[in-house]
Amino acid sequence: MTSEASIANQVESSIVEEHNEEANSKFGFWVFLLSESVIFLSFFAGYIVYKTSSTDWLPPGVEGLDTHDPAINTVVLISSSFVIYVAERFLHDKKLWGFRVFLLTTLLMGSYFLYGQAVEWQGLEFGLTSGLYGATFYLLTGFHGLHVLTGVLLQTIMFFRSFIPGNYDKSSFGIDATSLFWHFVDVIWIILYGLIYVWQ
Amino acid sequence: MANISVEELSGNRAQPYPGAPDNWKRFFTFSTDHKVIGIQYIVTSFVFFLIGGLFAMIIRGELITPEANLVDRTIYNAMFTMHGSVMLFLWSFPVLVGLANYLVPLMIGARDMAFPRLNAAAFWMVPVVGLLMMSSFFVPGGPSQSGWWAYPPVSLQNPTGNLINGQVLWLLAVAISGVSSIMGAVNFVTTIFKMRAPGMTFFRMPAFVWTVLAAQLIQLFGLPALTAGAVMLLLDIVAGTSFFRPENGGNPILYQHFFWFYSHPAVYVLALPVFGIFSEIFPVYARKPLFGYRVVAVSSLIITGLSAIVWVHHMYASGTPGWMRMLFMFTTMSISVPTGIKIFAWTATVFRGKLRLDTPMLFALAGVVNFVFAGITGIMLGSVPVDIHVNNTYFVVGHFHYVVYGTVVFGIYAALYHWFPKMTGRMYYEGLGKVHFWLTWLGTTLNFLPMHPVGLMGMPRRVASYDPEFAFWNVLASLGGFLLGLSTLPFILNMVSSWIQGEKAGNNPWRAIGLEWLISSPPPVENFEQLPIVIAEPYGYGKDEPLVSNLAELSESPG
Repeated sequence: MTSEASIANQVESSIVEEHNEEANSKFGFWVFLLSESVIFLSFFAGYIVYKTSSTDWLPPGVEGLDTHDPAINTVVLISSSFVIYVAERFLHDKKLWGFRVFLLTTLLMGSYFLYGQAVEWQGLEFGLTSGLYGATFYLLTGFHGLHVLTGVLLQTIMFFRSFIPGNYDKSSFGIDATSLFWHFVDVIWIILYGLIYVWQ
Repeated sequence: MANISVEELSGNRAQPYPGAPDNWKRFFTFSTDHKVIGIQYIVTSFVFFLIGGLFAMIIRGELITPEANLVDRTIYNAMFTMHGSVMLFLWSFPVLVGLANYLVPLMIGARDMAFPRLNAAAFWMVPVVGLLMMSSFFVPGGPSQSGWWAYPPVSLQNPTGNLINGQVLWLLAVAISGVSSIMGAVNFVTTIFKMRAPGMTFFRMPAFVWTVLAAQLIQLFGLPALTAGAVMLLLDIVAGTSFFRPENGGNPILYQHFFWFYSHPAVYVLALPVFGIFSEIFPVYARKPLFGYRVVAVSSLIITGLSAIVWVHHMYASGTPGWMRMLFMFTTMSISVPTGIKIFAWTATVFRGKLRLDTPMLFALAGVVNFVFAGITGIMLGSVPVDIHVNNTYFVVGHFHYVVYGTVVFGIYAALYHWFPKMTGRMYYEGLGKVHFWLTWLGTTLNFLPMHPVGLMGMPRRVASYDPEFAFWNVLASLGGFLLGLSTLPFILNMVSSWIQGEKAGNNPWRAIGLEWLISSPPPVENFEQLPIVIAEPYGYGKDEPLVSNLAELSESPG
């Protein structure tokens, strides 16, 4: 083998390896999310056990939860999943500005969700220590909120990194993972909304 | 482009030779080499094995007389709590992760794990977990005293009233250990699915790789449940919630469900890789293929599946309704089918083989015998009427020590001796190895066998003092405990001195079949010069067929 051919071979194999690395990262991230979902499943199971077996579920003076504002929040969060998908399509077609606009929109919608959650928490007449009702409510919404915050932070990082020249030449794993994580956060919220707000 | 030297691109750096100045120093760096990380795991966890062993000997020292006269009762409680926690979270889990880290990439023909930096980060959490656990000795009130299971409401008591107390530190340590384990599990599963060499199909993977896959899948679905329970327990202690406080309407039994949903399968996280070790060792020392390889491989995944639906057998005495007891008795008993498959396969492998009774084989054979015994008492405990009778007695302690010591530790010792020449390039001293084996076997039998009769007589667990009629069996057990402490000395002497000045072992001292034995000892950085092309099933003993088609190209210095 001549040295040129050998170098070409090396370069090619290193490209193949990078490609593999991206596939590995995606696979690994899926595995991680499946595992992460079991924490939520455990909390959901705990919530169902508490709600069905507790003798005095609602704390004294609490009627239940208002569903109007959380419904708006839900619509915003779920539609942001479609917005980030559009952003991904723009990136796929190498249209960076379209990608940035839609990623920024997703980011703002996620932030609005967090803001709405904070407003709701402030207006409630029960706290974390108000029996099992309060404890499970803040545990579930708080743990999910932490995930939304993580998603928003990831989107912020992805937004700024899109200005680095050549950022997407090798791999778009960062944005793939962010997007997948965002869909995950959405699906969890749909179950959570059903359990806490619809099933009262 | 023409200036790039070809040597640099294809450079396959050799592992530093034993006397090299950077040989031992690399173990104290943030290395991303899976072989360095594997040995880091093994050595770190062995240090904690010795610490957990000291705690065990304090317990046995207290129990050598019926009166509580050696340590204070609160210290005794802290001792059995920390003994269990250290042995599980800082010895058994990490040492097996270390072995898997070292062996899995070599066995499947990969150059490293899928995520080398994640691998290193996961390892460096283990010393942090250890420091947190040990630091609880220095906070007011001392370490957690609620056992390694940390059941509420006992674990919710905070007698000193401090925010930083033994129980909180324990929970933090367990949480970090959980994060480390999840990172490891993601890495192992991705590596096994995506990094196999050309031709290395699933049914050409060595049985050890199958068992590691099965064990790591358990970590992925089980650990999050424990994490959920631990988060709620932590909130109960530090934030005033009442998830598990019965006086405020909380449900302490729910914690037991969360805990055992992970912690029973966790036993298989320990046992499965050890089953894999047995499956690797018997063919080599009996010179026969592993009997029923495919069935043995798949039975590991069946154990993974069943492990998710047996946890309530730890809670027969927790006010569990009758239908639930019946259901979980049935599922628990059915575990003995896939494990029985393995035992029959090992027996058939050894049967009429040309046995070579070197130290690894002795540990593996004794490990299987101990496991059969533990399996029989396990079936007894799985049956509700027996369990209600012996619940909370030393019979249970004897049973699970036959699993975690008699089986798991024996398997780990077998693996350490078997792959020692591969890891270091040098041979251990066979005579010292045999001394170590017989001391360990005698210590194990003396320590854990008497726990069965004394448990059937009704001696309760977790007590510092007991009725004098139990004294005879306890003296025997304590002598066995001290013997086990003694048995680590020839092992340490053997490992250290033969690593420094043992005989050179060559690539394949056992004439074993497997990818790891085709390359030099210790293997070079990045393992394989060229990826192996696998053309045969594993364990081709007596078949005289090659394992790979490109043997000459695998490493630069064959022989």
